[in-house]
Amino acid sequence: MSEPLPQPIPWMGIVGPIRALDEREPIEPLRTMAAAEAVAGPVSATAADAVAIVAPAGAASAGGASHAAAKPKVGKKRAGSGIPARKMIVGLKLARQFAQAFFLGLFLFLLVRTEFRGSFSGSQTIRMPYRVEAFLLADPFVALMTFLSTHHVYLALWWSVGLVALTLLFGRVFCGWICPFGTLHHFFGWLLPNPGGSTTGGRRVEANRTKPYQNIKYYLLVVFLIAAVCGSAIGGLFDPICIAVRGIGLGVLPAISYVTGRGLDHVSSTNVHALQRGADATRDFLVATALQPRQFFFHQTWVISGLLFLVILANRWIPRFWCRALCPLGATLGVIAKHAVFGMEKDHSKCTDCNLCLVHCQGADSPQGGVKWRQDECHMCMNCETACPEDVIKFRFMPGRRSTQGAPDLDKRKTLVSALAGAAVLPMTRTSDTIDSNYFDRLIRPPGAVAERDFLERCIRCAECMKVCPNNALHPAFLEGGIEGLWTPVLIPRIGYCEPSCVLCGQVCPTGAIQKITEDQKLGNPQRHIEPIRIGTAFYDHGRCLPWSMATPCIVCEEFCPTSPKAIYVEEADVRDREGRVVHVQRPHVDPRLCIGCGACEKVCPVQDRPAVYVTSVGESRSRTNVILLETSNYNRS
Amino acid sequence: MSDPKPSRREWIVRTAKAVGVLAGSAAVARLAYERGGWNVARAGGRREVRDFRRHDHGAASDFAVAHAEDGATTPTQLAQRAVAAIGGMSRFVSRGDRVVIKPNIGWDRTPMQAANTNPEMVAAVVRMALDAGAREVIVTDASCNDPARCFQRSRIWAAAYRAGANVVLPAEHRFRTMRLRGEVLDEWPVYRTLIEADRVINMPVAKHHNLARYTAAMKNWYGVLGGRRNRLHQNIDVSVADLATFMRPTVTIVDAWRVLLRNGPQGGNVDDTRRMNTVIATTDQVAADAYGCTLIDQRPENLPYLRMAQERGIGTMDWHTLRPREVAIDAHGVAETWALVVPTGDDPVEAARAVRRAFAHSQSDTA
Repeated sequence: MSEPLPQPIPWMGIVGPIRALDEREPIEPLRTMAAAEAVAGPVSATAADAVAIVAPAGAASAGGASHAAAKPKVGKKRAGSGIPARKMIVGLKLARQFAQAFFLGLFLFLLVRTEFRGSFSGSQTIRMPYRVEAFLLADPFVALMTFLSTHHVYLALWWSVGLVALTLLFGRVFCGWICPFGTLHHFFGWLLPNPGGSTTGGRRVEANRTKPYQNIKYYLLVVFLIAAVCGSAIGGLFDPICIAVRGIGLGVLPAISYVTGRGLDHVSSTNVHALQRGADATRDFLVATALQPRQFFFHQTWVISGLLFLVILANRWIPRFWCRALCPLGATLGVIAKHAVFGMEKDHSKCTDCNLCLVHCQGADSPQGGVKWRQDECHMCMNCETACPEDVIKFRFMPGRRSTQGAPDLDKRKTLVSALAGAAVLPMTRTSDTIDSNYFDRLIRPPGAVAERDFLERCIRCAECMKVCPNNALHPAFLEGGIEGLWTPVLIPRIGYCEPSCVLCGQVCPTGAIQKITEDQKLGNPQRHIEPIRIGTAFYDHGRCLPWSMATPCIVCEEFCPTSPKAIYVEEADVRDREGRVVHVQRPHVDPRLCIGCGACEKVCPVQDRPAVYVTSVGESRSRTNVILLETSNYNRS
Repeated sequence: MSDPKPSRREWIVRTAKAVGVLAGSAAVARLAYERGGWNVARAGGRREVRDFRRHDHGAASDFAVAHAEDGATTPTQLAQRAVAAIGGMSRFVSRGDRVVIKPNIGWDRTPMQAANTNPEMVAAVVRMALDAGAREVIVTDASCNDPARCFQRSRIWAAAYRAGANVVLPAEHRFRTMRLRGEVLDEWPVYRTLIEADRVINMPVAKHHNLARYTAAMKNWYGVLGGRRNRLHQNIDVSVADLATFMRPTVTIVDAWRVLLRNGPQGGNVDDTRRMNTVIATTDQVAADAYGCTLIDQRPENLPYLRMAQERGIGTMDWHTLRPREVAIDAHGVAETWALVVPTGDDPVEAARAVRRAFAHSQSDTA
């Protein structure tokens, strides 16, 4: 295009002090000259401004400049004019880093404590000692979505109003300061090497410029909110807190438990006494702190872990890809952030285009000069003002809004198509099967779950119930509940049965998909005329049952049946075995009027691969249609 | 042009490396060589035994039963009386011993439902063991229901902890696969916490069992096993006998303060239980069950595992041969201890019943 000019060019010396241009890729010398001339004016103006008008800042600036002059290049800490960041801002950045570590720690603490460990209290009623689901309760996206689908704000979901208020004050501080999933992305965006090997290079600067794909999250928000209006809380699949609980609680923690368990098993099997004791002590410590006393398994959780891995890996190419492109909670807060009273003011005239602000920009919100700051994208991480060596970026209350863009440029047609897509979710998924005759006979919902349609209006797939379940009974459904029911809780009795006196899943459910029930409500109380909550009914497969078809005594199922009187009763029988000997056996039967579907019988059946007694969802209290018996159907209840 | 020829030195080094790699692979292959196929080792050899008994044959009594009128005493006192009658805890626990107490904490049931050992009685035995000089007292069990829930709601956790015990909840890594070499039980995960001790105190609760009819002392050792215990029920009597062969406790203290008479072993209904205010303390777990089954109107002959255990020499069904003692506490709290003599030729079951009828005739709070 242009022929290279011979180097060196004598008069290039005049742009020496303007280091910022050196950051740029070498471009055509002619353009460089032009740029040098263009920038030379503002630079001198800046100096004049600094000295003549703003005395304190000017002194700092002059000091910086003289410092730079005294020691050119060597030992120089700040680029450009080297104006140090305000102490207030440096402090805020430190506070932000502290807050991120604190809230990530708090989140992880609450997550590992989302379980029942027992206590010395001897108390007969077991509840969570504190709100382990607190992050979800403060989540305005969850509150808004479930409000649109159910027209109610369930119990403590009003906490999210606090987060809305915080956003109205300070913008998306949740994303930059609080969100544990955001902090993970922040950390991995810093840790994972950028292509090209540098974390400060030009490619990182390019990756951190505002890009059109950042609008995807707003379109997704439209999809999910319209789907919620139609009656599906499917947006929970994309909620960052839900993803963090699901991914870490069902994927990462069991994986850590598995790895440490296997590793220490090997150490234990060495038969070296000291090593064994060390391994035992380590296991005891882990079990007492972060891990559970036994290995937990979650149905098809590799998909959950894999997606978590991918979205974390994406930070390698685009830092905080999740937060910028996909996060519907970020989009919700972005819409509110437009009205925030705290924000950025830019003095474009002082910008030297050094792009240092872009190197560590989290939100890709255009902090640099020459363009408008995107308030809806900014995570308020304060990195840009800390990095700015000139006097361009200023965060303050009631900033001038001349160089601020508060709302995303959404394409009207794309928004309309998103809305249509959201509206199409329900008819598409719910005509694929029918809820009333059930997708799958073993879609057993947790005790206290509301009827399936209401359930899908409320369940945000946050996996709190699965994490808290003491018996590893609750699992993320894969396609058992249809595609719409992805990762909603399903009880798999063969892995774990529903502990009769346990009501913890309803305790931690933030949206009321599983209601907060009491032990009396769950188990029933004849004195108070309370019917127990049934989640299904057990059935016998006589061909596989030992007393029924193999002349072998067993009835472990009857032993474990927790109801009183037992739903499993036995019929005494003398049967002949192959040799003609008389064997006395007890043949089990289920009384469907008493069976609550807890699945203890299925869990303990010794026929290992496919048990001789199994539970299906029929007879569940929550359904008016999925019933066997006339008298226990919901129609007869007041 | 060709490359220069390798020097002699280089040639030797390269050849030596090649030979070394070959020899190393061959050595590893030889060491790790596996023929494959099914060559599972067969069960056999001597049965595995964990014997925690104290072999002191000169004791005055090896079997005591204590019972009381309703309201006359507490589980704590009753347990103390029963243990005192067979020589006191110092007969079983020495200074510096690491003592493991194995109550039944199998079910998520409250003390009133009598599916687990009485918590006060567990605490009483913890204190007795500590008073006798035990270095550490551990209370543990491998529960059927969620352990944390069983330990908490049975109140054993709270009671034993306050009494000074170290309450250990079962965790997967505390089980290690062992070969028990029993008749039906061979390779099973065994709960190490229970067997890594100087003294083991068996503290079952007496209760009805739908399959085995009556279970307490011997069946309590189901808590030693991990893995899928549900298979044991296909041959429950031999399984129980195998476990009792493996575990020989120092002393067995059977809680019959409140006894589950129906719908055992889990129960769940207080109406199925009855206050019996009774404790059995003995060095012989077979005798404990032979006597205990009469509490729920069973006869020892109907419990095949007792006969098997006796044939194996684990203990005796004839509890009256163990110089038994009886402690009765009347309505005023006055305790009386005497030797319990069954006249030769009398049915011991009937004799036991007669004795109980004579002294504990006030079971009036039953349903």
